Amino acid sequence: MPENSNHMTDQPVNVEKIKQILDANNGARIRTWLNICARCGLCAESCFFYLAKDKDPKLSPAYKFKTTLGEMYKKKGNVDREFLEKCYEIVWGECTTCKRCSMYCPFGIDIATMISTARTVCWSQGIFPEGLARTLTNYRKTGNQMGTSEEDFVETCEWMAEEFEDEVKGITIPIDKPGVKYMYTVNPREPVYYPQDLGMAAQIFTVAGEDWTMPSSGWDCTNLPMFAGDRALAGKVVNNMYKKALELGVEKILITECGHAYRSAAFEGPYLAGYADGKPPVEIVHSVQLLYEYLRDGRISIDPDKRIEEPVTYQDPCNVSRNGGLWEEGRKIVEYLAKDFRDMSPNREHNHCCGGGGGFIPMGSEFKSRRMVSGKVKAEQIKATGAKIVITPCHNCFDQITDLNEEYELGVKVASLKELICEEMIIPDHLKPE
Amino acid sequence: MNEFYEILTGPGLWIAFIIFIGGLVLRLTYLFALSREKDRVFYNHVSLSWGLRSIGHWLLPLGSASLRKQPVFGLVFYVFHVCLLGVPIFLCAHNVLWDEAFGISLWSMPDKWADVLTVVFMGTVIFLFIRRLARPEVRILTSFWDYILLVLTLLPFLTGFLAYHQWGPYEIVLILHIFSAEILLIIIPFSKLGHVILFFFTRAFIGFEMGGRRKARAW
Ligand code: HEM
Ligand code: SF4
Ligand code: SF4
Repeated sequence: MPENSNHMTDQPVNVEKIKQILDANNGARIRTWLNICARCGLCAESCFFYLAKDKDPKLSPAYKFKTTLGEMYKKKGNVDREFLEKCYEIVWGECTTCKRCSMYCPFGIDIATMISTARTVCWSQGIFPEGLARTLTNYRKTGNQMGTSEEDFVETCEWMAEEFEDEVKGITIPIDKPGVKYMYTVNPREPVYYPQDLGMAAQIFTVAGEDWTMPSSGWDCTNLPMFAGDRALAGKVVNNMYKKALELGVEKILITECGHAYRSAAFEGPYLAGYADGKPPVEIVHSVQLLYEYLRDGRISIDPDKRIEEPVTYQDPCNVSRNGGLWEEGRKIVEYLAKDFRDMSPNREHNHCCGGGGGFIPMGSEFKSRRMVSGKVKAEQIKATGAKIVITPCHNCFDQITDLNEEYELGVKVASLKELICEEMIIPDHLKPE
Repeated sequence: MNEFYEILTGPGLWIAFIIFIGGLVLRLTYLFALSREKDRVFYNHVSLSWGLRSIGHWLLPLGSASLRKQPVFGLVFYVFHVCLLGVPIFLCAHNVLWDEAFGISLWSMPDKWADVLTVVFMGTVIFLFIRRLARPEVRILTSFWDYILLVLTLLPFLTGFLAYHQWGPYEIVLILHIFSAEILLIIIPFSKLGHVILFFFTRAFIGFEMGGRRKARAW
């Protein structure tokens, strides 16, 4: 068992609390799923953890929910710490909640939802990954996972606007501009580690003539409490963003090239934040959608001489493709950008998770070796395409494939859509710096 | 012996059917009430076409990517279900009983077909049983009860087959036949076999969730 410094191992388990969580979730769906699973094992081969580790039967989705949430219900919440520690290994270490298995189960049993519920139970007893715990403190204090202050964020935006003035004339990053069409929200990795990402987005929006703004708060669209099992905080985090958008009176919230942020904002967030109808209060648009529209409508044009010659492939992030519905848009963008596109197999909504989802990347070094083992499936998929560039509109896929590249010596370059669009787009004359 | 037979084919049959149908209705009613409170997500994203397609693809032989990955199992599983439903309902001898008991009768298949299909069915059960033992990812999930359920599914067919051919002590075999079928009917609503009806709801849900919300085909 790895060291889990976050685990308060000496504390007794609060069975009452566990019972409460189990009761609150004991609806018709979970009851039915747990009961009618035919134990047919069809889900096993859909899961990349299972495939990557020589078909270890303990990694089949059904086994994972049966021995975690299933066991919790069977014991009516009367579980001990040792059991929860075992669950910890499974619900964080062996599932990225990618939802692929539900499509392969005759009954469409939503295993990811059950694993998430088991995470909530573990979280309630202080048993959850240290890497996620750190971010929760930051979210609580500052509203974003890296603890960036409002001043630092706004300054970074201003700095980036200045920095890219010699690329695109008149480039700005408007802050808190009310009534605009898009409020652009990002992953804190961007202002903190890759500020040029903000600059690239600003270049694209300026060239496209977009009416947009960055908010000074609620700009972090990530939602790690959602993966840590802290549903109350997850609701607050996503609500920060919704509220800011309502306050600014913007038409839509635009999500950066990040997968789980889209899942949170558009699909799970409304429920976490208490919108009973499951609809976000403001329309949510993912970058893949908007960038595709720019290219389709000619608001951004690609310089034909700059289109990539080398073979490229597209990594469907689970939460953009399968769980976001944007696989065709992503592919069409790639076809604008590159001449030799080679799809992975399987692909689109059937694509395998890269192994970095479900909170895995921020879960940190404790989980890295597992990421490298489970990532074998993705590494082989990439290798089989013969591509030299892997394009992916997701920060977690980006990091995971970067690590896999090293581990499996894939010899590829990983790129985001923004990056390639900025390299290849035609800057119209009136925006060319003198 | 005759008394047993009378009880099993008279009140026994009624009781079995009442528990079978009543149990399913009760279970559905209970789940429906619960879902109104706790599963809003089921109702929020209803999409008839995605729901129906999600169900339909799993009713077709090899209609799903999942079964196409295991075509042998996929076909055996399909034949298993078709025989399981088809033989008892359309058997000539049963139609006579339906007529006596409920005053309805359906099309009857020739006895020869029923005989062949019964043998085929028993073959599929043996296949499923062996698969459960042979494939580690299935074996690890399977409890003792799962094996019992498969045997229980086999029993009415095995005994029906023996009775038809008058092999073994006819009366005892016939009583066992009726008894095991009634037991199976009674168990369905309260076990994983509840999937006979719940399948339509869980499959529809994943259709709404993946397709209705995300345009992703869940099959
Ligand atoms: C509508 C009437 C149906 C009846 C009476 C029925 C009955 C049964 C029975 C008796 C079994 C054997 C139990 C066992 O394996 O222990 C079974 C297994 C199974 N059924 Fe059904 N079923 C029905 C419909 C369906 C449908 C629509 C599906 C989904 C496509 C389905 C999926 C399965 C699966 C996956 C198994 C497990 C097979 C195995 O590995 O043993 N069933 N069913
Ligand atoms: S949700 Fe994804 S990672 Fe989790 S069990 Fe299913 S297929 Fe495997
Ligand atoms: S595919 Fe579905 S029914 Fe079959 S074992 Fe997996 S979860 Fe259970």
